[in-house]
This record gives sequence, structure tokens and C-alpha cells, in this order.
Amino acid sequence: MAKRSAPEVNAGSMADIAFLLLIFFLVTTTIPKDSGINRKLPPIEENDEDVIIKQKNIFTVLINGKDQLLVEDELMELEDLRAAAIEFLDNGGDGSCDYCNGKKDAASSDNPDKAIISLKNERETSYKTYISVQNELVAAYNELRNRRALLIGARKGFPDMDFVKMEKNFKDAKFVGNKDKLKEVIDQIRNEYPEKLSEVYTK
Amino acid sequence: MSKFKNKKDDALPAVNTASLPDIVFMLLFFFMVVTVMREDTLLIENKLPLADQVEKLEKKYPISYIYAGKPTKAFEDRYGKEARLQLNDKFAEISEIESFINSERLSIREELRDFLTVSLKVDSEANMGIVSDIKQELREVNALKINYATGSGSALDN
Repeated sequence: MAKRSAPEVNAGSMADIAFLLLIFFLVTTTIPKDSGINRKLPPIEENDEDVIIKQKNIFTVLINGKDQLLVEDELMELEDLRAAAIEFLDNGGDGSCDYCNGKKDAASSDNPDKAIISLKNERETSYKTYISVQNELVAAYNELRNRRALLIGARKGFPDMDFVKMEKNFKDAKFVGNKDKLKEVIDQIRNEYPEKLSEVYTK
Repeated sequence: MSKFKNKKDDALPAVNTASLPDIVFMLLFFFMVVTVMREDTLLIENKLPLADQVEKLEKKYPISYIYAGKPTKAFEDRYGKEARLQLNDKFAEISEIESFINSERLSIREELRDFLTVSLKVDSEANMGIVSDIKQELREVNALKINYATGSGSALDN
């Protein structure tokens, strides 16, 4: 008896099936975008020791229930907050901060290490305004750090790299360069402009 | 019966589509690999506020999500129009955060427990009352690393 070969399966509709699946995955795909503003909450401490901080070293930002901004007891628009925060942080009133470019106003903050931004909101404040304010305050710190990074980085062998980019490079596994040195620069800038943002819990 | 047939086909030859399935399969595999199915079904409105000073959340560390916002239309008559909290797939009370975080901690490897980041996905129309409560509750369970999830854009447009 003659050997009969197995009949070939018709693969003509394979493309259709693949297309169907393709379209399903195309539609359901959501490219995840997990980004946001990182914050660290203060731990709950038992001892309530009052630390005495000079009033001039505190930059109070209050957002009221109507989403109005009260900065140092004066009404302010959101657009002006960043500049005001930078001016406060970079003031360098006691002269110990040799890298500050501020006015050295004796009535404003002593140095960036002592300067504290205090953020207060009411329960009726809307979340989007709160995030906008947080964003502007982070931006103020970032701007100061970026400026510093461009200065120091050029001397330490990381030219044209601002602070945000330095941090990104530090996390990037593919970065070619001396990471230990980069870490040193980042830590130095972090120490020079520490992020001191305190939030008041509103019951 | 000649072996060399005199082919005189005037019609345009059809394009060979034999490799079409291969191409489609290639695309298919690409999308299958990059697809991330949504983990939770949202019962609330969740339009994130915009910000431009954002940092990327690192996937190598464990992340837990807490959602908050106004219940969607389907749940409006049952849960009202005030912003509510959603944990996993259901509405929750503020006091349930503690057990939620504890169960999240149990489900991740021990050496990673300290790196747990809580991502707060809060609707931009919600008010700070609920956010403050969530934050206070997180402080009490010692989950201190948080991230306010935002879309990217200018914060002044919020």
C-alpha cells in the first residue's frame, strides 16, 4: 500500500487569529506611569520635647479651605511661591553660608540648614492645590540644588549635569562614570540644601 | 507535454502574504510582554493632579496602592458623593488601613519589608481631610515612605 502523507493543516486563518489577539492586547495595554512626589512621613515620637526655632527661620505656608495661599501671613499667588521660597532658603542671614546668593537679610532665615518650611492646610483644602504647593516647594529646593550642582559638578568632573540629572544617573545602572564620586557630590549638595519641610497634621 | 510552459501571464502577481502571520505574531508577543493588567478595579473617580517635579517609583521595591476619591456614578446612591477610600477592590474605612498595610507587609519578602512604599492615588477633587487621615493612619502603622501619585504636567494648571 502506498504511504499516504498526512494532510496539511490549512494555516490561512492563522493571521486572522493572531490579529484578533493582537487587537485585544493593543486595547487592554496601559503603559503604567508610576511617578509622583516622594515624601517621608515623620515617625510618631513619644517625647514631645519642644525644639525652639527662631521665628525668622520658619517659612509658613498655609492653604485655607478656599484654596488660598497664605505665605508668612500674606496672601500670595501660587506662581510666586517658588520664588519666595527660594529667596527665603537662599537668604543666608548669619553669613555662615558662603554659597548662598541671597540678600543676607537679617530678618529672614539664617542659613539653608536652619531654614524650615512649615506647610499647613485645612481639611477643606483641595488635594490638587496641596499637590501644587508641594510641587512648587520641591521645585524651589530642586532649583537651588541644580544651581549648586552645575557649579560643583563642573569642578568635580561632572559638567553640565544638574542635581536632578545627577540623581537619575546615580540610579541608572548603565551610567558610565565614577559613581562613588557622584554620590559624594550628591550628598554634599543635599547637606548644603537639606530639604526641611514640616507638615502640620490637621485633626 | 512540454516541460517548459510558455508563461505569458499579464496579470500583476499577488503580493506574498506568507510572512504576514509572523509579523503579526511578533507584534502580538511584544504587546503581550509589555501589557500590565490593571490590578484593582476602580470604584472611585481617580483623576490624578498634575506636577512636574516628579520622581519615578522604583518597581524593584514593593509598592502598595491606596486610592481615594468620589465614588463613581454607579455607587453614588449607596456611598454618597463624599470622597471615600478604596483598598484593593472595595470601599474601606480609614481604620482598615492598619490591617491592609499589615497584610501587605506579610505578602512581601522579609528583607524588603522596610522598603514598602505606599502610593497614594488620590483624586484631584478630593479634599485634604481624607488625605490627612490616611497619612496619620500610615504614621501609626509605621509605613512612612509615601508617594503622591501625580500625572505629569504643570502644577499651575491644576
